[in-house]
Amino acid sequence: MKSRLALRTIGLGYLFLLLAAPVGLVFYRTFEHGFGPAWEAVTTPEAQHAFWLTILMVVVAVPINTLFGVVCAITLVRHRFRGKALMNAVIDFPFAVSPVVIGLALILVYGQDGWFGGWLTDQGIQIIFSIPGMILATIFVSLPFVVREVVPVLQEIGTEQEQAASTLGASWHQTFLRVTLPSIRWGLSYGIVLATARALGEFGAVSIVSGKVQGQTETMTLFVEQRFHQFDLTGAYAASVVLALMALVTLLGMNLISPRKEEA
Amino acid sequence: MPRPSGAALARGVATGYLSLIVLIPLAAVAARSTEDGMDAFWTAVTGEQAVAALKLTLIASLIVVAINAVTGTIIAWVLVRDSFRGQRIVNSIIDLPFALPTIVAGLTLLALYGPRGPVGVDVAYTQTAILLALLFVTLPFVVRAVQPVLMELDRDMEEAAASLGASNFTTFRRIILPNLTPAILSGVALGFARSVGEFGSLVLITGNLPFKTEVASVFIFSQIESDRTTTAAAVSVVLLLISFVVLLGISLLSRWGAKHEE
Repeated sequence: MKSRLALRTIGLGYLFLLLAAPVGLVFYRTFEHGFGPAWEAVTTPEAQHAFWLTILMVVVAVPINTLFGVVCAITLVRHRFRGKALMNAVIDFPFAVSPVVIGLALILVYGQDGWFGGWLTDQGIQIIFSIPGMILATIFVSLPFVVREVVPVLQEIGTEQEQAASTLGASWHQTFLRVTLPSIRWGLSYGIVLATARALGEFGAVSIVSGKVQGQTETMTLFVEQRFHQFDLTGAYAASVVLALMALVTLLGMNLISPRKEEA
Repeated sequence: MPRPSGAALARGVATGYLSLIVLIPLAAVAARSTEDGMDAFWTAVTGEQAVAALKLTLIASLIVVAINAVTGTIIAWVLVRDSFRGQRIVNSIIDLPFALPTIVAGLTLLALYGPRGPVGVDVAYTQTAILLALLFVTLPFVVRAVQPVLMELDRDMEEAAASLGASNFTTFRRIILPNLTPAILSGVALGFARSVGEFGSLVLITGNLPFKTEVASVFIFSQIESDRTTTAAAVSVVLLLISFVVLLGISLLSRWGAKHEE
């Protein structure tokens, strides 16, 4: 009994000191002088622009990753082909590669002196130091989540129902919409939530390819850094609280979906 | 012309997508790192500042995952075997570091443990700050790897050991720990891969002082900013190699874990 209490104290104490206390303090500091200054700090034109740019990252990157994620998952689970192990490994790369390296990689391909840079410049397309590059970076970092959540579900459900459907004359998209999609929906939702959280919060990769033009290529996370360097702690804390609230919503989503995922 | 089958089309789409987003850019990093020859590559990665940054990154990551192995296992145990009020909330808070943007993580740690913190502890711009930030962002890995294994673990053996007079500690060391080892190691490996590349949580709290608090990712960042992309690419390749070795280790581990279960 004693050792149980000791372990509980150590475990919860560690979580308090590392997680709860720092995050709690930022909330306290933000609203220390009332709601007003915080609200003002996150409603400046620059802050609003950063907020909507972050939302734009999410609404472009996440659907693309969802669509291609499902295609990748189906390919990996339902088909046998050469290079499958490689594809499986490549999907995990974004988990293992430093955000800074991701930023550099995109510059070397899509930047002015990059592999595709010359051709893109000739077409009048600028990717690096503008929004398309930031979207590419966001897609890169949030790529594995949907695939990794959908693959185990597809393996679990097997192919019997899908085969039955197609034997009964269903076309592939009927089979997908009526049979496959309903059975993967919770895994898929979970993957989407995780990808959204990652897309909202990406800093390093986006920072490198953004060029950090205030009020133009500045997402919420870049705004936090910029406010901090301008010694505007109120602004940095208030923007952090906005991001932290989004993170809490994500956590709530994870907790709502997770039990259903287990059931399915 | 025959129509390509749906499967071939899907495979083509998946391959094209992964190539454009992931493979070609990473290949470009590898290509750039050796563009000026192997000698230039070697000079870049053996530069004094690069070596210091890589060394600091590896040592900090090793310390962090060692701490994670212990605290992560304790937290998982507290969440599975203990029961107390608010346990579900604690359980859901564990994933916070995954959901919270890294720059916010760094800022929150700086608020509490920085120069103007209320507790009088100031770790800003020190190597302790690196450990703190890395511990924060890697917290969930070991907990979430160990938790499901601990839930599945058959308690008969533990009870048998206890009834034969084994102490709590002996039971843990001889019965529980061997069963948890594959999970702990896979959590440690994931945490290590994350630590080695971590950037966002470190930029505000470490001050990025060369030879003191400059980790590999921050070094690469400063090289990119000053337009030395070849050096940046060379050190990136070293980081990539470390990550791939770790990924390979994880996949071998999971096979070993699967065998262990049989």
